Amino acid sequence: MASWGRKDLLGLEELSREEIELLLATAESFKEVSSRDIKKVPALRGKTVVNLFYEPSTRTRVSFEVAAKRLSADVINIAVETSSVRKGETLIDTGKNIQALKADIVVMRHNHSGAAVILARHLDISVVNAGDGWHEHPTQALLDMFTLKEKLGRIEGLRVSIVGDIAHSRVARSNIWGLLKLGAQVTVCAPKMLIPVGFEQTGVRVTCDIGEALKDADAVNVLRMQFERDGESAFPTQMEYFRNFGITKERLAKAKKDIIVMHPGPLNRGIEIASDVADGRNSVILEQVTNGIAVRMAVLFLVAQARDGNNNEHTD
Amino acid sequence: MKEKARLLDKEAVERSLMRIAHEILEKNKGTQELCLVGIRTRGAYLAKRLQGCIEQIEKQTVPVGILDITLYRDDLTLIAQQPVVHKTEIEFDITDKHIVLVDDVLYTGRTVRAALDALMDLGRPKTIQLAVLVDRGHRELPVRADYVGKNIPTAKNETIEVRLRELDAADEVIITEKG
Repeated sequence: MASWGRKDLLGLEELSREEIELLLATAESFKEVSSRDIKKVPALRGKTVVNLFYEPSTRTRVSFEVAAKRLSADVINIAVETSSVRKGETLIDTGKNIQALKADIVVMRHNHSGAAVILARHLDISVVNAGDGWHEHPTQALLDMFTLKEKLGRIEGLRVSIVGDIAHSRVARSNIWGLLKLGAQVTVCAPKMLIPVGFEQTGVRVTCDIGEALKDADAVNVLRMQFERDGESAFPTQMEYFRNFGITKERLAKAKKDIIVMHPGPLNRGIEIASDVADGRNSVILEQVTNGIAVRMAVLFLVAQARDGNNNEHTD
Repeated sequence: MKEKARLLDKEAVERSLMRIAHEILEKNKGTQELCLVGIRTRGAYLAKRLQGCIEQIEKQTVPVGILDITLYRDDLTLIAQQPVVHKTEIEFDITDKHIVLVDDVLYTGRTVRAALDALMDLGRPKTIQLAVLVDRGHRELPVRADYVGKNIPTAKNETIEVRLRELDAADEVIITEKG
């Protein structure tokens, strides 16, 4: 199997298929740890992980925090609302200060695309992208793929549809990169105004017909409609979205019987997904949350190891 | 790497394992509460074989588990070739069991130290014993084996290579020298 040599995880676009497969395989090994009575291994003992969040996030931050703690790392959370960024400190200065504290890994969520790449370029310590603007959210896509692989046994050849605000979604972008590299067929489905022009060039199929997106799909990844993000919404009303694109029981009845329904959370019940579908037999939404911990443990472990790796001999 | 000598051949490996199986049964007075836990990678195959030997002798099947100690190593940051993390697969409760830990080569003792920590996180066994195919000396920790296939005095620039048919071409133990 390929080895991991990157000190950072910034996105899936830059990774090879082998690297993604190594991440998923490593995550599989870490999943067992969370099923023990003592849910902890000493792999990152003495390491410090800093969660630096410029955007509100509960689930991703908590998931990273749980992952780091299960690896025995020390975790520090910096919420930007309460930090000196409000006094005008730049991203790079903040990063250098964290590095000067001798932290080992920064996990960053930022509202600007490319922020993680810039930070990684200026720091020697590891940077893990926990979502940057509309660009990428690699660990979310990895946990989506991990869940798919766990449920269906493979990624290669699967038909996966992504439904929702494709234009503004980093989850969609990371999923598309990862799924295409692993040989899945990807369809994106949204109102026309939420799909970038020329998006077919990425290698995905584009449709504005939800029936078409669900037909023959092995899995559907339902994105959250981010009505709070634009101020004035790009789409007329929530009701209208639900009527035209919402994942409902009636629509699923026309899809494959065992279609897998995923959602990165938090759910807007009755907007992008009906309540009975979110809680129904096809839904794997809570399993995604569980798998997110294993995936993030694998990411933290591999970047820490890559940064430390030097030339000493393996002795025993 | 220069191959210096072949220390054990197929028959010698089999005889060693059979003797160790007898010793385990003698010391534990049978298979009551007995479990084997192999350390990945080759220890896991040796544990499986010891299970077969014990089955031949006692007509009893003892449970076998596989331990991955990557996350418990103290030299993770020192290893050039990063090990791939694999799953620990111990499907039984180890609390109050007599555990025989199985590995191919006992050298510095650091792998065994890591394995003991890993086992303790999974439960509280009544005893933990250690079985190895080869003990090559040069301990860095106060660790000793309860069952040894062969004691082989070595120099530090030599490497002991255990080959098993499950992974390699044949069953044998080879000593090689750097340079």
